[in-house]
Amino acid sequence: MTTTTAPPAGVQPAPETPKPRRRAQRTAGEGRMAALLLSPTLLVLALVILYPLLSAVHQSLFRAESGLDADGFVTDVDAFVGLANYADLFVGESGRRFLNALGNTTFFTVTTVFLETVLGLCLALAMNRAFRGRSFLRASILVPWAVPTAVSGLLWRWIFQSDGIANTLLGSEILWTAEGNASRAAIIIAEVWKTAPFIGLLVLAGMQVIPAEVYEAARIDGAGWWRQLGSITLPLVKPTLLVAVLFRMLDALRMFDLPFVLVGPGKESVETLSMLAWDESNQLRYGSASAFAVMLFLYVALVAIVFVKVLGADVTGAKELKLISKKSRTKATRTRPIAEQEIAEQKKAEATR
Amino acid sequence: MTISDLRNAATDSGAGTPGATDAVVPGKPKAQRTWRSYSVYLGLALIFAYCLAPFYWMLVSSLRRTADIFDNTLLPAPFSLENYVKVFDGSTMFGQALLNSLIVAGTTTVFALLLGVFAAYAISRLNFRFKSLILGVIIATSMFPGISVVVPLLRLFTDLGWINTYQAMIVPSLSFAIPLAVWNLTTFMKALPFDLEEAAMIDGCTKWQAFRRVLLPLAAPGVFTTAILTFIHSWNEFIIALSMINDPKIQTATVAISKFTGATEFQAPFGEQMAAGVIVTVPLVIMVLIFQRRIVEGLTAGASK
Repeated sequence: MTTTTAPPAGVQPAPETPKPRRRAQRTAGEGRMAALLLSPTLLVLALVILYPLLSAVHQSLFRAESGLDADGFVTDVDAFVGLANYADLFVGESGRRFLNALGNTTFFTVTTVFLETVLGLCLALAMNRAFRGRSFLRASILVPWAVPTAVSGLLWRWIFQSDGIANTLLGSEILWTAEGNASRAAIIIAEVWKTAPFIGLLVLAGMQVIPAEVYEAARIDGAGWWRQLGSITLPLVKPTLLVAVLFRMLDALRMFDLPFVLVGPGKESVETLSMLAWDESNQLRYGSASAFAVMLFLYVALVAIVFVKVLGADVTGAKELKLISKKSRTKATRTRPIAEQEIAEQKKAEATR
Repeated sequence: MTISDLRNAATDSGAGTPGATDAVVPGKPKAQRTWRSYSVYLGLALIFAYCLAPFYWMLVSSLRRTADIFDNTLLPAPFSLENYVKVFDGSTMFGQALLNSLIVAGTTTVFALLLGVFAAYAISRLNFRFKSLILGVIIATSMFPGISVVVPLLRLFTDLGWINTYQAMIVPSLSFAIPLAVWNLTTFMKALPFDLEEAAMIDGCTKWQAFRRVLLPLAAPGVFTTAILTFIHSWNEFIIALSMINDPKIQTATVAISKFTGATEFQAPFGEQMAAGVIVTVPLVIMVLIFQRRIVEGLTAGASK
């Protein structure tokens, strides 16, 4: 791509002819090299992602049924049942359990991500104003992030014991880790504790690349703190926040460790889709377990598509790629607001730090 | 030009936070300014308490004796290491579980980095068709729910006889470790200037030499950061290890502590659980304290492009 400047037409045509050919060759070579370098990664991903996905779809069409074989012995055979496993998702006992798990998953995702985002924004705003002790603060904010989810589940189970510290401080006698709304609240609190700092960190990074002049100009124009927050900070951190929220949502949708350790498996009020699928596969009902897993995958994919297509979350940095590549430079600048472009450039500078 | 020169240059150009100008606004009444700074410090103190209090409670509880585990004093009244001794007394095989975690997380990290460095080089430096598509696919795989990997692979690994082996944990772990590594490394490599490699190639280096002698040393901090992040994620992994392993000798630490049971079935050994939790978490906290700048860099570069 470095020698693309076209020579002025008619000036010494003879020595210029080999150039385009050499370029074409190099591009082909680059393509081969890229294929060579990328193929191990894609191969492994095909094994650990594509194969399980196809296999889950396949398994979800079968059901283990006890039958008699040709000699009259009882055997477990996988009988093809078509979409019966999916039809069962909405009727009968297993349907009730599935819809309950679906409801729990959605409820936890919406509540935790909402609270995390609000709290994370507050954390980022507070940290953005701190100068002294910022690195100390940053280290402490990473602690909840670094605690393994399973350990945080144990930790909060201890805090939420019937005679634990939470009830002592509140002066209450709530059974947090049993069933019902109290256990839901316990999970939301534990989850928000662990993940709000993460959102805070991401949003802080987004805030730090906003040029100071923008705020200065706003202040000269008489904008107060709230006005600056609403008209400058929030719109400019929106792309960062959108990506952070997307990732948190996808993570919350597959929630497993925390309810599993904090409350336990098989509890109706906190059972998520992941837990349900795990429980089914644990009882060797691979057919329905696969159906649950496929449904969860579709749910996650749907949320991701909505975020990327409708809300325009720039997850891959594809816009940035386009900005760099010469071909679409003009197009990209036309479609992108100037402030956003400026920020993208600043971010690039920031990333080298 | 060294990497630190580059960093300094970037710091110079990227300096200036909104807060920085906030504090030096001239002509503000002094009383208001002190009130403001107090409120800032109050906010910071709240953040400290929020982040560290639950962890502190785990630490304090782990240092109590079993008899006074339900005390609510802020410091362990008679300080005791009883729980830590019990954790390692052999009946729980917790030492073995820590070693297993180290093996699984370490191997996963090495494989993910090895594949990730090449993939990231191709994406950040080479020109080829379907580049955005491939990057998009790799990132999309990181959103794949763990259970959707575990259920089908559980069956495959049962047929292969891989249940209760390390590879049964390492291979599925790659499903989240590789996208993480590729993405982080790509971000780092993209941020490095292309000019140096170009200069090296003009001086007669091949692409491969330019990669090995110029880009790789420059990208070393990024590789290191990615290694830390991948290791932490693999160390914290739970659902794969829980599903693929039922032999306590192969269990990883996160699964082992979730299965700690006391002498009697109805009394969970909270002291031991807290001690084990502290042991599993402390290596990560130390890493976080030492490399916090790098980790934040990696997290934000990876997720907030």
